[in-house]
Amino acid sequence: MNGTTRTTDYLFQVYRTLIAVLLALALGFVITCFVSEMPLEAFGNFLLGPLTSVRRFGNVIEAAIPLVFTGLAVSIVFQASQFNIGAEGQFFMGAVAAVIVGIVLPLPGVIHVLVCLAAAMAAGALCGWIPGVLKARLGASELVSSLMLNYVYFRLGVYVINYHFRDKEAGALVSWPIRETSWLDQFLQPTRIHWGILVVAAAVVFVYLFLYRTRWGYALRMTGLNINFARYAGIGTASVIVYSQVLGGAIAGLGGAVEMLGIHRRFIWMMMPGYGWDGIIVAILARNNPLGVVLGALFLAYMRTGADIMARMTDVSAEMVTVIQGVMILLVTAQAFLAGWRHRIVVREATRRKEVPQSEGAA
Amino acid sequence: MDALLEMKRITKVYPNGVVANESVDFSVARGEIHALVGENGAGKTTLMKVLFGLERADEGEVFYKGEKVDITSPSVAISHGIGMVHQHFMLVPSLTVAENVVLGLEPRRGIFLDVKAAVRRTEELAEEYNLPVNAAARVEDIPVGMRQKVEILKALLRGAELLVLDEPTAVLTPQETVELFAALRNLRERGHTIIFISHKLREVKEISDRVTVMRNGRVVGVVRTAEATEADISRMMVGREVVFRVEKPPATPGRPVMRVEDLRLVADSGKEVLKGVSFTVRTGEILGVAGVEGNGQAELVEILTGLRQPSGGRVLVDGEDVTGADPGTIRRRGVSHIPEDRMTYGAAAQATIRENLIADRCWSKRFNPRVLMSLKAVAEHGEALVREYDIRTRSSATPVKMLSGGNIQKVVVARELSADPKVIVANQPNRGIDVGATEFIHRKLIEKRSSGVGILLVSADLNEVMTLSDRLLVLYGGEVVALFPDASEVTEEELGLYMLGVKRMTPEEMAGAEAAAAGGRAGPSDAEARSPAVGGGAR
Repeated sequence: MNGTTRTTDYLFQVYRTLIAVLLALALGFVITCFVSEMPLEAFGNFLLGPLTSVRRFGNVIEAAIPLVFTGLAVSIVFQASQFNIGAEGQFFMGAVAAVIVGIVLPLPGVIHVLVCLAAAMAAGALCGWIPGVLKARLGASELVSSLMLNYVYFRLGVYVINYHFRDKEAGALVSWPIRETSWLDQFLQPTRIHWGILVVAAAVVFVYLFLYRTRWGYALRMTGLNINFARYAGIGTASVIVYSQVLGGAIAGLGGAVEMLGIHRRFIWMMMPGYGWDGIIVAILARNNPLGVVLGALFLAYMRTGADIMARMTDVSAEMVTVIQGVMILLVTAQAFLAGWRHRIVVREATRRKEVPQSEGAA
Repeated sequence: MDALLEMKRITKVYPNGVVANESVDFSVARGEIHALVGENGAGKTTLMKVLFGLERADEGEVFYKGEKVDITSPSVAISHGIGMVHQHFMLVPSLTVAENVVLGLEPRRGIFLDVKAAVRRTEELAEEYNLPVNAAARVEDIPVGMRQKVEILKALLRGAELLVLDEPTAVLTPQETVELFAALRNLRERGHTIIFISHKLREVKEISDRVTVMRNGRVVGVVRTAEATEADISRMMVGREVVFRVEKPPATPGRPVMRVEDLRLVADSGKEVLKGVSFTVRTGEILGVAGVEGNGQAELVEILTGLRQPSGGRVLVDGEDVTGADPGTIRRRGVSHIPEDRMTYGAAAQATIRENLIADRCWSKRFNPRVLMSLKAVAEHGEALVREYDIRTRSSATPVKMLSGGNIQKVVVARELSADPKVIVANQPNRGIDVGATEFIHRKLIEKRSSGVGILLVSADLNEVMTLSDRLLVLYGGEVVALFPDASEVTEEELGLYMLGVKRMTPEEMAGAEAAAAGGRAGPSDAEARSPAVGGGAR
């Protein structure tokens, strides 16, 4: 009897997410009609634009890569029922660390890349360790600390780049370029898709196996599902809280490095790039499932790319997509959205089941 | 007969798919005491929650005084004259009795509460209905029996004509139960109608005029109490003949395996919750801890299992000091724990049965042959325990939240008993589960005892604690007030007097009981081990 309810539950979540997406898109279209002289063309560009050329579709993949990293980082911590608003700063510091190693160390090809990635993971892990340990030892809300630390990390990163690694000959506030030995090569012309795609695939597989196939992932999930139960069963919940934040930080930092080594090749951000916040959206859409994160990131990247194309080709600005995004997240996270529909399904299934005589009732 | 309340074809399905009520017809006559009985999970409480507006029925109608009513919230129910006394009291502990009674209907003087008027009103009401309470005392300081009267007064002040009492005797001593029944008869004489939810048939037989029996979310029968025997009713409840007996071979206690010495706990509020509790659990015996809930049992269990730090005293497991150790360490020393609240501590509801079954042993080599966990080993372990502990489910991959209360408890018990413990700390192991599961768990506990495990059984259910225990102690106000070397020689009434704090044994009497239990061969070494601890203790 349990199998059916579980499948229903799962299908319901999938339908609900799809309906939320459709409603949000519909609302986006209505708004477009108000602001645009050519709503059909604008929306057509938005929805189908990314499919019209290899380069544009490449843009989707490029944009999805950092979102997968931050989506994974946030999902790991969310699965432990901890907040993580710190992926932004961790991603940022990972990029800073990778760029410094990329500029400073003279190392041969592949090794240089690996050292950059390792440095970025270490930097991200350290950034995540702080809110983790503050929570575990002092009970400080990781929501507040991870949020506020973002600004600390951002200013620290900008200071280090501006005062120690700034390329004074460049026309803008950017760092020296990193050495070519540290590049993740772009291998698919005319797109900018780079070997970081292998790193991202490895990260997804790693996080999936970690969460569902290791004792540490098990301890993390049990802590997230019921922390009292985990403590009662003898799981060290304080250490779970710390290592979930450390691991999340490392993955976010890795994402920052991949973005630097694969796309920009020098530090260019003088504002927060926002990948950490987007990671939260991705994790919510994916319901913290690492495989779902890939789909969520691709979807968000597709919308972003479509919005860019729409802005370039028509009179509607790219910010339209943030409206759609907002409505979508609101509907996906709203517990009551379609709850009545779900309840009717449950009632129908449950009463129908009751009519079939079954031995389980006697339990 | 003149029906005051009629509920017709009530169906209620919970979001997890559990059909709690299925087309239930329920009718109560004016001026009767109507018992609503059934096993835990039969749907009694749900039906009453629908009546009181705490749950919305998916189908069905409610008629009150002949008119169709739509009870959307408790305040609507109250305005119709329906009152409910919940199993867990809804009182503000830091306010006085009078303040609780008038809460929301406060007599005012200017913008302030008129305290005198509130006290006067409460006392008048208490006298009128013969429900004596101490109107000026704070609720946190009064005994459970009086809190229940406060709840009843609260409902009466709000004009309740129909009063629903959800398992009112579960928290009472035998003496308090007698008082409650007198008050209920008095209420009936004054024209009130009472719905009495219970699964204690002796009480139902004693107090009620008619009985409605529920099973599995349906009504299986309505009888006049005078025309049915306890056996008739229990057969309707369970759907088969029940034998309320557990085979229990005599105990063969061995060495002391858990020793508690002068355990003290001061709560954050400054209240002394445990005032120097000492006792010893031996291998191969069940030591029962009786007492009205809230006399330190919960805290005692939390300290013994590492969930709470004591303020003083020692806990020794097999001679090793584990005072203040974390739950993991205490488990590794051989202590299993069946917690009072299975949903808070005992299980992760969304996780699968097999995941729940490895929670305390997830680091074991058995499940982690290399870096990755062996899902096969986890599944085999889960399926084996599901079979051995008769957990009713299709597969161990089912989430725990899909199971009935009794089966969830079996998951907890399966994990805890299969951990190969030296000591089992069981707190209310049969709370809120059906007769079948209760029997099963009792049998398993006795099996463990007979194989040499020491068991500490904490229970507010007198019947349970008396039938299962070999020795028995009573906890009152954070102290051990009685210790009986043979639980089978104690009567309920006698136990009740100790539970109420009316009687208490002297330390000498209890020491005598302890010595009697220690017997010949365990005696000398026991005394030896004990003397230094007393000398160096926190005196």
